[in-house]
Amino acid sequence: MAPAQRTIEVRFGEQLTRGGQIARSAFTSGPAIAWVTVLLLLPMVGILVTSVLSRGPYGEIAPVLTTDNYKRLLGFGLLGFDPQYPIIIARSLLLAAGTTVVCLLAGFPLAFFISSLPGRAKQVALTLVVIPFWTNLLIRTYAWQLLLGPDGWLAEAASALGLVDEGSPLYPGTFAVYLGMLCAYLPFLVLPLYTSVEKIDWAIAEAASDLGADGPRVFLHAILPQVMPGMVAGMILVFIPATGQFVIPDLLGGAKTVMLGNAIQQQYGASRDWPFGAAITLVGMVVVLGGLLVQQRVARKSGQPAGEGML
Amino acid sequence: MSATTTDPPADRAEPRRSLAGAPLAIEVEGLTRRFADYTALDAVDVTIREGEFFSLLGPSGCGKTTLLRIIGGLDHADAGVVRIGGQDVRGIPAHKRPVNTVFQSYALFPHLSVRDNVAFGLRMKRVPEPDRGRRVERALELVQIGALAGRKPAQLSGGQKQRVALARALVNEPKVLLLDEPLGALDLKLRKELQVELLSLQRRLGITFVFVTHDQEEALVMSDRVAVMRAGTIEQLGEVHQLYERPRNRFVGQFLGSVNLLEGTVQASSPEELALASPVGTLRAVRRPGDPGATGKLTLAIRPEKVRLLPDFGKGENRFECLVEQVIYTGNASHYHLRCGQQRLTAEAMNDAPAVRGLQPGQRVAVELPPASLIVLED
Repeated sequence: MAPAQRTIEVRFGEQLTRGGQIARSAFTSGPAIAWVTVLLLLPMVGILVTSVLSRGPYGEIAPVLTTDNYKRLLGFGLLGFDPQYPIIIARSLLLAAGTTVVCLLAGFPLAFFISSLPGRAKQVALTLVVIPFWTNLLIRTYAWQLLLGPDGWLAEAASALGLVDEGSPLYPGTFAVYLGMLCAYLPFLVLPLYTSVEKIDWAIAEAASDLGADGPRVFLHAILPQVMPGMVAGMILVFIPATGQFVIPDLLGGAKTVMLGNAIQQQYGASRDWPFGAAITLVGMVVVLGGLLVQQRVARKSGQPAGEGML
Repeated sequence: MSATTTDPPADRAEPRRSLAGAPLAIEVEGLTRRFADYTALDAVDVTIREGEFFSLLGPSGCGKTTLLRIIGGLDHADAGVVRIGGQDVRGIPAHKRPVNTVFQSYALFPHLSVRDNVAFGLRMKRVPEPDRGRRVERALELVQIGALAGRKPAQLSGGQKQRVALARALVNEPKVLLLDEPLGALDLKLRKELQVELLSLQRRLGITFVFVTHDQEEALVMSDRVAVMRAGTIEQLGEVHQLYERPRNRFVGQFLGSVNLLEGTVQASSPEELALASPVGTLRAVRRPGDPGATGKLTLAIRPEKVRLLPDFGKGENRFECLVEQVIYTGNASHYHLRCGQQRLTAEAMNDAPAVRGLQPGQRVAVELPPASLIVLED
């Protein structure tokens, strides 16, 4: 006897009416969609719209469409060509890049050091890395002013070592700015990097050494590729907020230069030119995101899982 | 070790091949390695000849991997000398030693393709193209993974990863290849296939292999010589048939296969033989040069397949009667668990042997332990 043909129907969950489906989706994904729409999408659209409007005579937003804001930003202002704003953007990007490099140089040894500690000390060290977060950024930065000032013990130690002239302060200056930036952003780099360092398969490093790689090449070919995801995540976490940073360069650099952050603040504040402020905001954001996209393209092409999921 | 390497046993075949005259590939002298809470190696001496398939066999924690790592330069010794090809390699870092390692976990570079993994060693040594590419292709073909050259390690099965690891090491044409339990993570069938393949590869290339394993069968199948290790020392070193036929002590006997132990007191002894008062009566055993002294308490060993089950109960030397407690069928042979008074024995016999046909638990059987098959143990 031939076995009877039977269709076995497998269905996951109960069947919903179309209305029920929508209701369920609204219940599960709705809050997230609402959150992103209200707090992210709408403000972004607001900035975009504002950036193509004009400033009224009293600093209000006048509903007159214009591209003047962007022209001015590119340097073609009322008084002829003046690359003031491209320079500000470049300066901010440079500070962010410099900060990222400084954080990398300090973060690599620190992440490996913490990873090498025994269990309990590891927890303590990680807590110490996070502790600066518990202090207000302004207070931390003012504290650096005291430490680096002419009477601070750091400056005294530096002059005792002959690094600077006696009685001269370590701030304001580039050194002080980068020290402050390092202090503010190091945890953002160290924590993801540390996570990657913890997962390193050291047998791979041994294999590289066994196959003829000396110390630096073991690091380059066997360790760096393994920590790449954490390293890139950390770099992005430092670079993006650092582009908008202006408090630290102001307080430790002597308030002589304008950064992207205070340019925007100025337009929204003292200058009362919101449309121009919006344009700076948008361009700054596009430059940063564009850079990250390029970085990711390159990384994907070279086969690194670098920073995947960051964008 | 001289005791175990001089005298070929009377009752077994010739060694599969002798490399006695070959130059030395590796000499290890007084090698000691201490970790915080234990001694991994305790004054170990070994010499390994060129072209030899040499195995380090022992349970986990016996120091075999540590010894391999020190030879490869991946760990350091607290005392002792390692010479590779006659050259003292103390102070020579791993990347400058003429040896390569196949790691237990394979340790392939996850971000590199199979081809780039294999090419790594040649790139580090700055071997130029097209020589490099040619050698890589040859190594890939050697282990039959040419078709996988473009894949990443994550896309490979365990056996394929194993082949890549092998090709990656062999492409450098090392003087000595160090293998750290390379087949440990594979299933039994694949492991057996790769054992045969690895052995034929070694014979073809003529490279010295130092093979670490805890699998006694693996060591027996592949090795020219085996060093059995325990707790940081070498218990016995010799050709595989010597280790199997003439284990020096209980540990070696039990680690390589299974063994029956018979304890007793020496009644009489001469250089050629001894008589032991054992739970199954007086046993005569043949002594061989190098056997331990025959006085006082002593243990004899006999392999289950050397225990003879006889069809009749006639009187004879080393003969007695036992009760069959259990019969375990293993296909072509069966294991018989016997009780002989105070003594328990295991015998193994082919199922077509006339003496065991129809032998059931509860029956009695005559047992003979041939004097030449009894091994005098040191402990």
